[in-house]
Amino acid sequence: MKRVQFEHSPIPYLFIAPQIIIIVVFFLWPAAQAIYQSFLLEDAFGLSSQFVWFKNYSDTVFSTSWLQAAGFTVVFSTLVTLLSLAIALLLAVKANEVIHGARTYKTTLMWAYAIAPPVAGLMGNLMFHPLIGDLYKLMNAIGWDFNHKLDAFDASFVVILISVWKQVSVNFIFFLSGLQGIPHSVVEAATMDCKNATRRFWTITFPLLAPTTFFLMVINITYAFFETFGIIDTTTRGAPGGATNTLVYKVFQDGFRGADLGGSSAQSVVLMLIVLALTVVQFRFIERKVHY
Amino acid sequence: MNTINWRLIYTHTVLIIGVIFMSLPVWVAFATSTHDAETILRNGLQFWPGTHFFETYREVLFVEGGVMKSVLGTTMLKNSLILGIGFAVGKVIISMLAAYAIVYFRFRLAAPLFWIIFMTLLLPLEVRIIPSYEVMAGLNLLDTHTGLIVPLIASATGTFFFRQFFMSVPDELLEAARLDGATPWRFFVDILIPLSKTMIAAILIIMFVVGWNQYLWPLIMTTKEENYTLVIGIKQIYQVLAEGGELPQYQKAFALTILATLPPVLVVLVFQNWFVKGLVESEK
Repeated sequence: MKRVQFEHSPIPYLFIAPQIIIIVVFFLWPAAQAIYQSFLLEDAFGLSSQFVWFKNYSDTVFSTSWLQAAGFTVVFSTLVTLLSLAIALLLAVKANEVIHGARTYKTTLMWAYAIAPPVAGLMGNLMFHPLIGDLYKLMNAIGWDFNHKLDAFDASFVVILISVWKQVSVNFIFFLSGLQGIPHSVVEAATMDCKNATRRFWTITFPLLAPTTFFLMVINITYAFFETFGIIDTTTRGAPGGATNTLVYKVFQDGFRGADLGGSSAQSVVLMLIVLALTVVQFRFIERKVHY
Repeated sequence: MNTINWRLIYTHTVLIIGVIFMSLPVWVAFATSTHDAETILRNGLQFWPGTHFFETYREVLFVEGGVMKSVLGTTMLKNSLILGIGFAVGKVIISMLAAYAIVYFRFRLAAPLFWIIFMTLLLPLEVRIIPSYEVMAGLNLLDTHTGLIVPLIASATGTFFFRQFFMSVPDELLEAARLDGATPWRFFVDILIPLSKTMIAAILIIMFVVGWNQYLWPLIMTTKEENYTLVIGIKQIYQVLAEGGELPQYQKAFALTILATLPPVLVVLVFQNWFVKGLVESEK
């Protein structure tokens, strides 16, 4: 808050009102509804409902299909986060080193940020198309009996590859701006003290990037949880047999395609708790600033 | 003495592989979209542009397509522009106003209202999707631009961004303005908004891209084909084009993905510096 402020008046309420009204109507009320519905069991026609305590939770959240989705989400988020961070870091370090063509590299590595996840998904879908997709043919040509429509591992491979591809550019932008924020004096001093560039990177540069890396990890986990919805919905749709269902995609499928309101709401509430946990972790660490 | 600089070659090789990895899929999508359906079916994806560019793009833009044969590419383009621009402008207005109230006024409910705004970070659309749909249906806002845009603009990111920026504005400005007898509205319009110009531009660019790329919300909000945005339309149309019929129209599916990609990519490329600034600053 500012030291100098305007005095008491109704004006601030007018200014803040639009956002608050929208939040109450479109965020808080629906969220409360989700929590309320998670305790209800509706009949098949949605005419009557009955309060069932935690039955929806025990029925859906501990079902095999939910646990399968939870397992996939963990593996998927970990791989997408690690791979896209690693690729982006490598590219950012290299782009920060070059003098000739620096701007061109930067532009051509970051522009994919503007592509929507479902559009990336559709492109990937066509690349892996059994009839025309070169990647599909390539996989089979190198002796991998590849079929992402039938094989769970292959389907996960496709979804992870597209999700990583889509996320590299964001990470690249942040890593590059983090690298450029390291003072020249530090870089020069390090170069004098240590001739080995690889060692210099791991002992000086990487620790200095820790705040960026940590922040990006949170961003990437959130991305893998939520924004990959568009990629999954345009490629595997959770198939085969739910093997590529993330928790978010399953909420959508059970709620909209399966019309299981109570079960879907219970899953939503569990997701809220996960987001809450992620946010708490994020803020606790940001307060401590992940220092070097 | 001239030795080959292996390190430099290695650096450029890594970068070039990176550029190919990031760009080749889009290039192949574009090149393939300029060939005719038979060629693609017979020879697969294409790496060099063909001769059917105008034909394919004209059909995709101006001939009605979709499951019901009722939507034009230009209609989807228009809907996407409305969503992208409406989202960006709406978000800037709403979050500047809220941030102004929070930073520059002392009022009783400041803290609780700030926490309500913060809570939007805990409630992404995905965790409240079905009740949100029910609210929209109840308010008769399905298939409307208002219903599409308004619920999306209230999240906290923009407000935090402007709050951060306003905090960095020197206090002396407000002191001086108050000595001159400026009302809160005057101070906002004549001093704060002009000061925030670069910030506004940066956030507009990011938010245009974010708005244009919305998927889940438009997907559940729109039922009529004429309200499709490109990002959701291509998926529905893709199924008709590539999976139905005697001769799958892959070139049109590719052309639509290129059309859906082009405007946000152009915005990012043209305003690259503002874009990077907006992205890095707004996520802090």
